[in-house]
Amino acid sequence: MATMQVELVSVERPIWSGEATAVYARTSEGEIGVLPGHAPLLGALAPGWLVRIQQADGVEQRIAVHGGFLSVREDGVSVLAEMAESADEIDVARAHAALERSGSGSGEGTVAARDRALARLRAAGEQV
Amino acid sequence: MGAQLRVYRRQIKSTQSTQKITKAMELIAASRIVKAQNRVNAARPYADELTRALGALGKDTSLKHPLLTGVAEPKRTGILVVTSDRGLAGGYSANALKKANELAAQVRADGKEPVLYVIGRKGVGFYRFRQIPLAGSWTGFSEQPNFLDARDATETVVSALEATSEGESGEAAGIDELYVVYTRFESMVTQTPVAVQVAPVRASQDAIEALEGSEAAEDSDGPGPSYDFEPEPEELLGALLPRYISARIFSALLESAASESAARRRAMKSASDNASDLIKTYTRLANQARQAEITQEISEIVGGADALAAAGSDQ
Repeated sequence: MATMQVELVSVERPIWSGEATAVYARTSEGEIGVLPGHAPLLGALAPGWLVRIQQADGVEQRIAVHGGFLSVREDGVSVLAEMAESADEIDVARAHAALERSGSGSGEGTVAARDRALARLRAAGEQV
Repeated sequence: MGAQLRVYRRQIKSTQSTQKITKAMELIAASRIVKAQNRVNAARPYADELTRALGALGKDTSLKHPLLTGVAEPKRTGILVVTSDRGLAGGYSANALKKANELAAQVRADGKEPVLYVIGRKGVGFYRFRQIPLAGSWTGFSEQPNFLDARDATETVVSALEATSEGESGEAAGIDELYVVYTRFESMVTQTPVAVQVAPVRASQDAIEALEGSEAAEDSDGPGPSYDFEPEPEELLGALLPRYISARIFSALLESAASESAARRRAMKSASDNASDLIKTYTRLANQARQAEITQEISEIVGGADALAAAGSDQ
């Protein structure tokens, strides 16, 4: 099966890189799946969602991405994130608490906090 | 023990304990340089990717955005100065501040108004003492900056840039241009304070290179890939530019942290060396004083014996 080079980097450090068969993300326009040989694309990721990377060995990486971009080039895919956490780093109970705290407020900080909590929970595989 | 000798011994002891402290600080700073350099390297892929993405977008010269092209007549220029929180780092903060003052004078000469943002307690103290108003200041993370700490600073600066000099952001007035003054880490022994223009992005040196680089690549292998954009390019640019400016500021912070540790290591190394010299000098003086004391005692004993002998022969 064809693979492509995928990199997921955050501002502070590279999070994940390797060969993958597919990358699924959600841009502000909607859900997008990237397979090897995809046309070049530059997209802003929707807040509150995760990026799924289908590794070449079949394992799926689920990564919560906050404030990110997706860049698809001929030689590979990169995901840029201001902050990113892979599923095993996420504290589910804390994310639940954060989601509850942010409630349904509409302040700028509250929305950002809710998006962060949502991204974490979705990456951890919780139903929200 | 004579008074003179005691004074010297006390000075040796106090210099030794000072040397222990400076030596420890030197070692800590040395280990922090490596850590800081690793952080600079770890942050590089993100900045490179972002520059490349911007290069892809920037090829379309019809796109307009105040952060990209700037305004026709800039009136206010933001200067973000990165200094340290603690002293004992030689001329590190002083050099950065000197550079910032030169830049502010230059900006004033061009008929624009400098607006100062400061990171690091030393810089804040410098301006407060001179009663120069600051548009923003952040302290407490100069040695080990992480992105969360820096975000508060970058958000303030970016929102001021977005407001431009026409508008207001929060309480402070907006700015049209942004320079960052930080200390570039050339090597373990050389760190130079530099002022780089970060916004408008088209005027900043790195971005120009990125844009030219992507054009050159295009020339060499026919028409380059034409990107699809989601959402529309204008909207995407609006989201990308603030991130790009934040990343530039953050990488300046990381590099400054490495420079700060290097400057501190060097300052502490010369302090330790000076302490060694002092200890040597004092030890020599103490030996001399001890020897003088012994000589004096001997001459006193001999003198006393002579006097006794003279007194005995008189009887």
